[in-house]
Amino acid sequence: MTLELSLNQQPAHARQGSSIGQPLTRRDGFLKVTGAARYAADNHPPGMLYAVLAVSSIARGRVASLDVEAAKAHKGVVEVMTPQNRPALAADPDAKDHPFMFRLDLLQNDQVRYPNQSIAVVIAETLEAATEGAALLSPRYEVLPARVGLDGAESFVPRGVGVGGPAVQHKGDVEAGLKSAKTRIEATYETPAQYHNAMEPHAIVVAWDGDTLSIDTPSQGLAMAQGRIAGLFGIAPENVHIRSPFLGGGFGSKGMISGPQILGILAARLVGRPVKLVLRREQMYGPVGHRAPTRQTLRMGMDGEGRLTALDHHAKTTSSTFDDFFEPAADASHTLYASPAIATSHDAVRLDTGTPLFMRAPGEATGSIALESAIDEAAYACGMDPLEFRLRNYAEVEPMTGKPFSSKALRECYRQAAETFGWASRPLQPRLMRDADGFLTGWGMGTATFPAIMFQAEARAVLKADGSGVMETGAQDMGQGAWTAFAQIAADGLGLDIDQVDFRAGSSDLPNAGIAGGSGHTATAGMAIHNAGAAVIARLADLATGDEASPLYGAGNEGVLARGGRLYRRDDESRGESYAEILTRAGLTEIEGHGKGAPDPASQENYAKHAHGAVFAEVKVDPDFGQIRVTRLVGAFAAGRVINPRLVRSQYYGGMIWGVSFALHEEAITDRRSGRIQNANLAEYHVPVNADVPSVEALLVHEDDPHVNALGIKGVGEIGITGTAGAVANAVWHATGVRPRRFPIRIEDLLG
Amino acid sequence: MTKTTIPVHLDINGRHHDLQLEPRVTLLDALRDRLGLTGTKKGCDHGQCGACTVHVDGERVLACLTLAAQVEGRTITTIEGLAREGEMHPVQAAFLEQDAFQCGYCTPGQIMSAVACIREGHAGSDDEIREYMAGNLCRCGAYPHIVAAIRQAALEVQS
Repeated sequence: MTLELSLNQQPAHARQGSSIGQPLTRRDGFLKVTGAARYAADNHPPGMLYAVLAVSSIARGRVASLDVEAAKAHKGVVEVMTPQNRPALAADPDAKDHPFMFRLDLLQNDQVRYPNQSIAVVIAETLEAATEGAALLSPRYEVLPARVGLDGAESFVPRGVGVGGPAVQHKGDVEAGLKSAKTRIEATYETPAQYHNAMEPHAIVVAWDGDTLSIDTPSQGLAMAQGRIAGLFGIAPENVHIRSPFLGGGFGSKGMISGPQILGILAARLVGRPVKLVLRREQMYGPVGHRAPTRQTLRMGMDGEGRLTALDHHAKTTSSTFDDFFEPAADASHTLYASPAIATSHDAVRLDTGTPLFMRAPGEATGSIALESAIDEAAYACGMDPLEFRLRNYAEVEPMTGKPFSSKALRECYRQAAETFGWASRPLQPRLMRDADGFLTGWGMGTATFPAIMFQAEARAVLKADGSGVMETGAQDMGQGAWTAFAQIAADGLGLDIDQVDFRAGSSDLPNAGIAGGSGHTATAGMAIHNAGAAVIARLADLATGDEASPLYGAGNEGVLARGGRLYRRDDESRGESYAEILTRAGLTEIEGHGKGAPDPASQENYAKHAHGAVFAEVKVDPDFGQIRVTRLVGAFAAGRVINPRLVRSQYYGGMIWGVSFALHEEAITDRRSGRIQNANLAEYHVPVNADVPSVEALLVHEDDPHVNALGIKGVGEIGITGTAGAVANAVWHATGVRPRRFPIRIEDLLG
Repeated sequence: MTKTTIPVHLDINGRHHDLQLEPRVTLLDALRDRLGLTGTKKGCDHGQCGACTVHVDGERVLACLTLAAQVEGRTITTIEGLAREGEMHPVQAAFLEQDAFQCGYCTPGQIMSAVACIREGHAGSDDEIREYMAGNLCRCGAYPHIVAAIRQAALEVQS
């Protein structure tokens, strides 16, 4: 029976007493500030052993020998797992059945294909013994020359980039557009390899019981991890129980279960005892993904009024020698600026590195810093203010597809952020502003954008005779605030006060909540929750409206409202009764409903769906030493419905700080001779510290979107990094007159 | 193991613990693996991230760079020992209110550092807080809210 319940059709924000939109503090906050939140590595089942990886110190070749005897002779070492004794798997770790199945290094042979690849696992009674045992393995190698850098191998055009989009796309005639242009620019930008570096290293605690597995491990996609593990071990998915109530950060690196996590499961199988395996920080620079480096060339032509006549964006990137993930950097040019001719293309080289992966705004971040820098160059070439230039080229429809936007409050973002920042008084020419201490001061801006993506999710809702509710979905909280935002959506979906809702998430035995990635988790799992709530309320309304003893009798489902644990007649709100009364009279202890979240095919077809924003940055540069400080950041973002402004602001701040990091700090440096990463630690791989981060402001611009989904949610997790990185780079140019062309921006580039 | 271990007596959060440890065991691993005090986190094990910050005699110390045997007889406080009778410390309450964390993994270290930062008299201005909290990395980028939380808590603690 399918019932059309008006609750489902009425905009949720129109309801009174709504939890959605409230700036609640985090429901898991008390656990987190008291140290009681249990992350994967905090678990310690009885009889547990410690496993430590030994990893390759070469980039390419084979392991010629390992001193297993020396390791085993160390007191406390229980076993050493190598390709010789690694338990059998039911599937080849090098098999690839679909694009999201990444090949894993699970000791299937003695080959080394990137630095920090797992080559053995030492299992011991203590962490100290396992660590020492791993050192005692003293591997010897047969070494082959490492292929390093964007010019390190022959390039080719990948079959697909990102999630499988075409590597080459165009509309209109770019060459003709460039030829007819009054002004042209061409510029090449380089971005480095970056590593996610979540504060929590990948960790797994595993216990086998016959053919069932009990696992604690951080996962951004519980159902996918469950399926991958089940496939590798030849057991039913329901035999794999994964708990991931809290992730200590993910940023994409915990989207797919990684090789080292599977090795922990294998180690537990080998020794027949529970095992904990935690990556050391330096071991995270290889097997758990990274953002690939890019070299991007942009060509733009403008007419006499500063309108784009052509936009050409080419990106070269890298992948591993054995698997495919290609950073879709050039695709950033598809959505932001109107141009009669647009071409985007990619090529790539295969290097001796771990396979790159999604890293916060994959493609959008790398592409954005290049595109926003080039737009700034183009504006200057036309003698125009960068904001005026962007408005001149404002896209009223999605440039590449011609589709209308489902909503786009970017003009309002520009206006609010520019006003708050004080942009109007900016001189057009660079190197004209100094502060009281003589520091060169520059102002720059960038446009932010990120697609509003939805995946697939399910949820289960229960209403109980005591008037309370339960909402279940295996959602993942990696810091974005899933425990809180989903409880808010659940409360509104069930028509209950949030304290009356038991929200359950973070476990693989709950309905599949899809992946916490692509900034799509809130929209996807949120819609599943919303629909599950509507389904169970429909059942309840059915009971009430069909019951002669109910004041709602005969109202029909359409005529009923759910609010505060009661159903009301829509035409006469004085008539209603509590959930508890309805269920008790029906003799039911509880009823349940199920819901799904998925993109609507019609709106997919008809609309371009993106969140937008504008970011303005101020930097100060020491005129003698070139030291750069970001002193102010103002962003304004429009991303549809905001579930919890307190948490959303935190997401924007985090993204904007990643943008600062992209422009000024982070970079993995590969030794060209050995292919090893030279700065695989948190001291030399720079991420911003508190003292690097200035005053930050994020304005939440109102935006109603009737097309993305019934709740109007777009997504806020990644957009902050886009726009910001370019804004900082453009501010550096405005301060110094030197155009940054490689990132992170180095002092020596400014002193040139 | 008896021949390779030594007795270590630790005073943690007002409780006395008698342990038998190898000399190479760090304070961090003793807390997490031997005593079940897992609130203190390991982010790098090299003293580079601050996630393992605890107090030894009231001063902030990186537990990953401290051997357990080094702190015998000294007073150790971890995140689990900060709340009093279920009442959050003002810094904990301020972190919660200001949303000064996201994933929460660096948070115990941030909070222990923040408590010491205020006690040291280094919470006088936003810039001073930023500088004296620069040893605690937060990859989520909660820094602006961490500064706001410390500013709020400092006022409360001082009044």
